[in-house]
Amino acid sequence: MSDNKQSVKRKKPTLTPKRKAQSRREFLRSSVLAAGMIGASMLGYVPVLQGTSLRLRPPGALKTPQDEQQFYASCIKCGQCVQVCPVEAIKLADLLDGFGIGVPYIDAREQACDFSCDGLQCVLACPTGALTHDLDYPADTRMGFARLARPKACLAMQGKGFKGQARGADYRGLLRYEEVDRWNPIPVSDHPYDLEICDLCVRQCPIEIRITQCEAAESEKTDQPVARVAQQIGNACPPKHAITLEPVELGDGVVRMKPVVQEGCVGCGVCEMICPVESAAIVVDLDKNADTVKES
Amino acid sequence: MSYIKDSIEHLIGNKIPRPSKQQQSAEVQAIYAGKKGKLSKADVEAVRHAHKSTFLSKWQKRRWATLIFVNMLFVASFYFDVQLVEGALTGARVMGFHFADLNAALQVALAYKHIVLNLVIGIVTVFLMWLLLGGRTFCSWVCPYHLLSEWAEYLHLWLVKKRVIKNHTFNRKVRIVFYVVFALLALITGYTVFETISPTGILSRALIYGPGLALVWVGLLLLFEIFYSRRAWCRYVCPIGVTYGVVGLLSPVRVKYNAEACHHEGDCRKVCLVPHVLELTIRSGARDVNQDVSSDCTRCGMCVDVCPTDSLTYEVKGLSKMLK
Ligand code: SF4
Ligand code: SF4
Ligand code: SF4
Ligand code: SF4
Repeated sequence: MSDNKQSVKRKKPTLTPKRKAQSRREFLRSSVLAAGMIGASMLGYVPVLQGTSLRLRPPGALKTPQDEQQFYASCIKCGQCVQVCPVEAIKLADLLDGFGIGVPYIDAREQACDFSCDGLQCVLACPTGALTHDLDYPADTRMGFARLARPKACLAMQGKGFKGQARGADYRGLLRYEEVDRWNPIPVSDHPYDLEICDLCVRQCPIEIRITQCEAAESEKTDQPVARVAQQIGNACPPKHAITLEPVELGDGVVRMKPVVQEGCVGCGVCEMICPVESAAIVVDLDKNADTVKES
Repeated sequence: MSYIKDSIEHLIGNKIPRPSKQQQSAEVQAIYAGKKGKLSKADVEAVRHAHKSTFLSKWQKRRWATLIFVNMLFVASFYFDVQLVEGALTGARVMGFHFADLNAALQVALAYKHIVLNLVIGIVTVFLMWLLLGGRTFCSWVCPYHLLSEWAEYLHLWLVKKRVIKNHTFNRKVRIVFYVVFALLALITGYTVFETISPTGILSRALIYGPGLALVWVGLLLLFEIFYSRRAWCRYVCPIGVTYGVVGLLSPVRVKYNAEACHHEGDCRKVCLVPHVLELTIRSGARDVNQDVSSDCTRCGMCVDVCPTDSLTYEVKGLSKMLK
């Protein structure tokens, strides 16, 4: 453009010393703005590096037990997974999670994922594949791995039973009780228990519940293959047990019952949620899952 | 094609020099020549008087209503679980159709380095939508931060008028620096770094899923805009605006400037979020009698509302001709 030169020439004389100083100040200000904004956004690294943003994630989250980078990267922070969950287990992380802001997590003690949706709806809702679509059944999930963290506090280990509402009358969490309502989860506080020996973690484990259902269906119609039955209830039969109650000998001659986490645990957190002692005797570890446990 | 060229210059923060006589059409030159000395201050004041306030005038009313309606649709459909619009402004499903904010999708693509089909569908839908409805229209008609910062702007202007504070400007090129840096950060760190501070995403999520600590950050941005620099985030920082500005290159919805009746008194530039796009309204600033305002314009219609001579109007390329 030949006119460019002309206009540049025309503009030059107007750059008085005052204007020059002005534009220099503007340039400096802009550099400070750039440094400030980029600095502020990079503060998001801090919780990630410190590991304080590590949380229990919804089923299928693209992550390894220790490293959630892929999950943060692939999630578009839309919350569609939040919207479909029938038990409202999923929440979105806040500013303190740094780069994890807007990424879904589950606070199992408050409300665990009990697979009430059958079809892993959060996984289906996710538009970016941050919750991988490779997941077909709850048993394929690898959220974490349960651990009896405080065996001494465990009621079963003390030989005690449990009577009443598992988490008290004020607790707002939901679970689906198939015998109460096949389709809708109900408040845990509406479903009191009366147990001779506490086995709530085993009894409410979604994987164990499914295994029991599959076994029942199988014994009913022995000519039908299990997989068909599973398809009918929209859910495959888990190949491995997640948690069992087993007798242990503590050395004092008394036999006690102990919840033992098995290879099939997916880390959904229902056991942690339902455990009636405060704080939960059984918790879900984030740094392990069924696969890593098997390997080691 | 000068519309595209102007738009790109504006988007990357360049100043467009006044057109030389050779660049101006004979018609527009005649108009400018005809106005020499004809417009007295009193004339201008008289017309301007009739348009004293822009507050809640026609397009602003429509725009605020639309902006609030769209955002409330998200809120209501989650709250009442009607599954009309699921998700947030970063990514949504509208009656089953995928929508993905172009800038959020870009961040994800760069950080994750892999795109799944649903995201591609979402990107295409949104791209086509804004291609039809107009590029930076997203900014002023949908973005919730825009509304808050518009209110903050009134406060800022009032404080400036009272001489409590002074406005500080930045070099507009810094916005393109931000655009490139945030893209690079996503690529290099593998995290969607910009999402951490994006008030658009933060506000949309806060509205739908409940408020959180992140609102403090949005509050800080607003304070910065009120006390230090007018509309700073949208003018100098936000990459979302740049992304949609690029879409706007191709979109038919525009604001059109007609030089004929214009008084060149500059009321439009005073209300505009991006006043550089209106520099063509300065006397002898336009090349043609009719010229489209570049795509950095958010199509908010403030200038359309304020212009006492109706020199600025909305236009839909192709359609307006048919309607005439
Ligand atoms: S699998 Fe179902 S119940 Fe579990 S978090 Fe996802 S939507 Fe909720
Ligand atoms: S649906 Fe997917 S992309 Fe959206 S918040 Fe949940 S995990 Fe992230
Ligand atoms: S043991 Fe606990 S965490 Fe593991 S699958 Fe069962 S309920 Fe879920
Ligand atoms: S520039 Fe960004 S924050 Fe401002 S209105 Fe546009 S999208 Fe919203």
